[in-house]
Amino acid sequence: MIKIENLNKYYGELCAVNNVSFEIHKGEILGLLGPNGAGKTTIYRVLTGYLSPTSGTIKVMDYNIYDHQIEIKKCIGYLPEEAPLYRDMLVFDYLNYIADIRGVEKNRKLSHLHELADLCNLNEVMHKTIDELSKGYRQRVGIAQALMGNPEILVLDEPTSGLDPNQIAETREIIKKIGKEKTIVFSTHILSEAEVTCDRVVIIDEGKIVADDTIDNLRKLLHEKSFENIFRKLTRGN
Amino acid sequence: MRNMKHIFKKEFKTYFVSPIAYIVISVFLVVIGWLFFSTFFLNRQASLTQFFSLLPVTFAFIIPAVTMRLFSEEINVGSYEILLTMPVFFKDIIIGKFLAAIAFVGIMLAPTIIYAFSISFLGDLDWGPVIGGYLGALLLGATFSAIGLLASSLTRNQVIAFIIGMVICFSLTVLVDFMLFFLPNSFVGIFQYLSASFHFKNIAKGMLDSRDILYFLSVSFIALYGTNLIMQEKK
Repeated sequence: MIKIENLNKYYGELCAVNNVSFEIHKGEILGLLGPNGAGKTTIYRVLTGYLSPTSGTIKVMDYNIYDHQIEIKKCIGYLPEEAPLYRDMLVFDYLNYIADIRGVEKNRKLSHLHELADLCNLNEVMHKTIDELSKGYRQRVGIAQALMGNPEILVLDEPTSGLDPNQIAETREIIKKIGKEKTIVFSTHILSEAEVTCDRVVIIDEGKIVADDTIDNLRKLLHEKSFENIFRKLTRGN
Repeated sequence: MRNMKHIFKKEFKTYFVSPIAYIVISVFLVVIGWLFFSTFFLNRQASLTQFFSLLPVTFAFIIPAVTMRLFSEEINVGSYEILLTMPVFFKDIIIGKFLAAIAFVGIMLAPTIIYAFSISFLGDLDWGPVIGGYLGALLLGATFSAIGLLASSLTRNQVIAFIIGMVICFSLTVLVDFMLFFLPNSFVGIFQYLSASFHFKNIAKGMLDSRDILYFLSVSFIALYGTNLIMQEKK
């Protein structure tokens, strides 16, 4: 589904992503994990077309990131960290605008909006401005935004950061529900969450991949039961 | 094209959701009304020439305030990231925002048409220069909007975007006229050609010269193209 090959991204002299290659298969929920500043967000930004890579290629389905940006953008829904939305818009207006931009057909638009509002539990807040919403709601509006137009791939950058335990559980439920049909890449610092939701994890540290496997395999490989210890071993050891 | 329309609609609506539109329009109408009518009756002429001659300087201050948020706010809040990962071309984003600013300028100017009608009751108003004046005002407004948009794409800080936009617009309006005092005659032509107020005055006389129109179109194009380059550079 997605094939990342020898991806490099430099910010001036600083190397944020260093020769990263991995694949994401159709229908998989992949956890992209790593400490802060490891380069996760940069990988997302390149994948979603917000930044261009310094070198390397990304293929999404049969599309190449250099020649078919718009086609790739059409099949990826993206929720950046902290869900940066237009704060002075009503939730309904915002989702309606995103639906227009993502090219949802007019006669299907309203039912699609309702569908997403149900899925993300947004029905009570549809007529509030985004500014008034709590962080949990804002995050869910962000997820609804990413799901707009039914993209096949979802990229969620720390969708549960800063939420309370109830909101985290709700968000996890939503991700699991969506994950039945879609390919999802997401990151989190809550390792227990990754253990429950992810089919496979890619762990990166300082811009490089240090592990790419299922959690069970990593346990066997490193003779360590706790995933937290595995994570610390892999990302602190060097 | 379809996306350009959606972006235009969203940006235009946003102006009127926040108080900024009402503040900017009232300030514009009060300032220009006061400056114009304070000397209007002394001139004893039924014409809007004085009104139009005030527009370039007023626009140089007002329009950067209208355009400053178009990119700066998005970059600052981070919604720029979502916008750029949508399936839209840069040109749709830029032109959509640009047209929203022009439409806003049009709405801001619309109430001043009352001046023309009320003056036509006072004396024999020549409508040629009035129509030329409004056409020129829209071209001038569009050009300053393009410059403001460019300034806004440069920074995440709206105040800085406003100041950069204002300095460029103000230079095109006043500085060039001011320079004419100090320069040898051979330079006058070149500097005059660079001056937005010079071309605006020509159109506001009621003469539609392709050179003046070309000036506004080319400055707008350069500014919009510059915005596109800056967006590419940010990637």
